Formats: sequence, structure tokens, C-alpha cells
Amino acid sequence: MVSLRGVTKVYDNGVMALGPIDLEVRRGEFVSLLGPSGCGKSTALRLIAGLSAPSSGFLEVERPKVTVRGGHPVGFVFQEPTLMPWTTVRENVRLPLKLADVPPHEANASIDQALAQMGLSEFAQAYPRELSGGMKMRVSLARALVTDPDILLMDEPFAALDEITRFRLNNDLLALWRGLRKTVIFVTHSVFESVYLSQRVLVMTSRPGRIAAEIAIETSEPRAEEFRTSTAYAAYCRRVSDALAPSYSGRSA
Amino acid sequence: MTADISKPPAVPSKPDGFGLRFVRILLPIAVFAAFLAAWEAVVRVNDIPAYVLPAPSAVLSTLIADWGILSQSLLVTLLTTLEGFVAAAVGGIALALLFNLSRWLEYSLFPYAVVLQVTPVIAIAPLLLIYLPQHTAVVVCAWIVAFFPVLSNTTLGLNSVDRNLAGLFQLYGASRLQTLRLLKLPSALPFILGGLRIAGGLSLIGAVVAEIAAGSAGAGSGLAYRIAESGYRLNIPRMFAALLLLSVAGIVIYGLLALTSHLVLRRWHESALRKED
Repeated sequence: MVSLRGVTKVYDNGVMALGPIDLEVRRGEFVSLLGPSGCGKSTALRLIAGLSAPSSGFLEVERPKVTVRGGHPVGFVFQEPTLMPWTTVRENVRLPLKLADVPPHEANASIDQALAQMGLSEFAQAYPRELSGGMKMRVSLARALVTDPDILLMDEPFAALDEITRFRLNNDLLALWRGLRKTVIFVTHSVFESVYLSQRVLVMTSRPGRIAAEIAIETSEPRAEEFRTSTAYAAYCRRVSDALAPSYSGRSA
Repeated sequence: MTADISKPPAVPSKPDGFGLRFVRILLPIAVFAAFLAAWEAVVRVNDIPAYVLPAPSAVLSTLIADWGILSQSLLVTLLTTLEGFVAAAVGGIALALLFNLSRWLEYSLFPYAVVLQVTPVIAIAPLLLIYLPQHTAVVVCAWIVAFFPVLSNTTLGLNSVDRNLAGLFQLYGASRLQTLRLLKLPSALPFILGGLRIAGGLSLIGAVVAEIAAGSAGAGSGLAYRIAESGYRLNIPRMFAALLLLSVAGIVIYGLLALTSHLVLRRWHESALRKED
């Protein structure tokens, strides 16, 4: 679905931000990119989204033929909700369809569905400033889902939320993924979040960002709150933390 | 016993919202009234003649007596101001959009916009009056003074688009026109309205400056011309009355633009939201 081989990214100022990295993500997989700030994980995500071009290497994102009008293969969720403050929740979610010139009456069904999926139906007419951080993030997710994308790219989407809200959104995201089986690439700096959500955690080191370890999280599905307190969960968190450790100790030297 | 502890500590009471607002309106009015009273007293006690310094009461009676001619002039000046303002708004926003679409155009023309802005309009006005019909020259003066804040504010607004939102538009393959219409213009709206608010007052100034320059050339009928004319005739009370009308006009223009800005932005922009305690 997504494959990167020997991909690097060098910024204009000569800083090597990423790579070379190799990465394969299969269709329907939930993969986390985990690493400290500045390890290039967001850069990797932007490359996959096509928001910037790699400096070298081979990058391929399989984009199946879109059959529905207004469909788009990629959905992107930023760390901030990144909503348009001047318009309502509904119009924010409509944006991707509007940019694809889908007539309003055709778009309405998809918008209603995306809003319902994120539990936002009652808030369709609200303005972003009237919503809490968690609700804004739901709007951002609904907007990413409205084009029925194959791949969902998420750049630390829940990092700014309080823990209770984050847990709820984690569970909702998992339920969504089980239902829709989208391919998800999830960037985070939280060990616990990456283990809880993903099937595979890719641990990255910084400067330049590389993939240092790959840990598969194998548990009985579906995961729910009990998983957070299980011994298996604790063991995985330990393993991931250990894999992450060199990238920190290397820096203090 | 510890009877005194049970009493709630004396908290200095903050003036409540209503009281505070009342004070904020009342204080300037009180200052103004005191100023007028002192002025009136000085004139009466010293028996100062009206052609040196008219008392406020004399200004007011002149305003009423000359209302016919003054209101005519007020209308002329307001119309000029409005024309200059509309030209500045349209010109400033259009120029900023062009600059945003083409770097080359911006680099070629922006310095001249600055030159127009920093050259005192009072020095340009007599020249314009030579080359242009008088009415046009006055409107052009108003435009020169007022367009720059609109241009620079709009430019700032168009450049302060949220980077991630811009990335999102890129991801979904938005056209330039879509990006401009759905992202850049709405993002710039608070800035544009701020620019227009400044431009309103400035176009009045531009109109007045040009009228005075034109008035000395012997033509015109706006309020500024009335001031100049009354000056020659030592009709000082009418000078004051015309000045009063000009400043009221300026206040009303500012108030209307501020109100418009508030009404447009109140649903979403920080500047228009009420403070929460």
C-alpha cells in the first residue's frame, strides 16, 4: 500500500531531516511511527501525503481508482484540529468535497455519515470556537473521513488533549478502524498510545531520522480498556521503551 | 471566641460590568462638559470678542443659524470621502490580491505604493489640482491617503494563512482560485476590516486636505473650503462650527466601520469575542 525505499529528506538549509528509511505498510494495517521530537516522523508522514517531495529514494503510495465523486485516497489529520474558524462544523467537514467540486446536494449524504461516525451530528451548526479540544479533533477526523480515503495519516493528533479525552478518542479510533479497515499511519511520541493502538510500532531515532526497531503488537482482538492494564500491554510498553532508549542516551553524549 | 473570623474578609469589590461601563461613558462626558464650561467662562469673564475666540454657545448658535450652508458642505465632503474610501478599499484589496498572485508585480510596484504613502498629501494636492478636474483631484487625494493601510493590511492577512490548512488545500488539489476564495480571503478578513477602519478616517483627512488646497485656488464647496473661506472673512464661529461637523463626521465614520467589523466577525474571531471571566 505504502512503500518507501532509501527515502531521505534534506531541508533547504542543508539539515538532513530524514533517512534513509525503508518502510512497508500493508493494506488495512495500523502502524505507528514512534520517536522523540525532531526525529523526522512528521516529515515522513508529509512525504507519504505528498505534501513535500523526498530528496532521494523511492516512494510509492498505491492510489486505487476512486470510484465515487469527491473521493480522495488520502486523509490527513494534524496535531492541531486545523479547522476554518470562520465557518461551521458542517462546512468544515464539507471542505474536501467542495474542493473536488461535488455539488452540495450530493455531498450532504457523505457529510452526514462522517459527522455521525464521529458523534458530531448535533454539533453540525456549531462554530469551532464553541467546541472543546476533543470535539475539534473529532471534526478534524470527520473531515479526513468524508472522502472515504484508503489511507489515514495522523500526525500526533491527540498529543494536545487531556488523558481522559485521549483515551476516549483512542477507543473511538480503534472502533472506526475495525469497522472501516482503513490503512492507518499514526505518528506519536507516546509509547503507551502506540502500543495500545497499533499492530506494528516503528521506533525512530533522531538526526537523521531512521527506523531503529520494529515491534509487532500481537494481542487478541478487539482491544478495549482491559488491554491497558494487562501484563501483555506492560511488557510491550517495556520493549518499545527499551528500543527507544538509545535514541535518548545518544543525545546526552 | 473567634467571632471576627466568621466574618468574610473584606474583599475590595471590583466595579461590576455595568458600573464600569457607566463610568467609562460618563467620565469623558464630564471632562468635555467641564472643558466647555471653562471655555465659556473664560470668554465671558474676559469679554473676548467672537472674532478672536467664540464661546461654545456662539459656535452652537452659528451652527444652527448657518445649518443650510454648512449641511450642504457637509454632504459634499461626505460624498468625496465616501468616493475616496470606496476607491481605496477596492484599489487596496485588488492590489494586494495581485501582489499575492505575482511576486514580480509586488517587487515592481510595492516601492511606489510606499512612496505615495510617505510623500505628504498636502504637497501632492496642488499638483493634482493642476492636472485633474477638481472633483477628481479631491477624490484621488482621499484615495492616496487611504489606500495604503488597506493594501498593507490585506497583504499581511493574505500571508498569515494557517500553514497546515494551506497544506490541506494542497493535499486535496485545490486550485489557486479556490485557495484564494475559500482560504486566503476569509483568513485575511479581520486584517482587511482593520485596514478599512483606518482608511475611513484617512479618506476624510485626504478629502479635507485636497479641499483646502482647492479652496485656496478659489473653488469648492466642501466643509474644509468653508473653514478656509470663513477664515478669510474672520467668521471664526463658523470655522469652529464647520470643524465640529468634520470631527463628528470622523467619529461617525469610525463608529460605523467598527460596528461593521464587529458584526462580520462576531461569530468566530477573537477580536470580536466578549471577554470571559
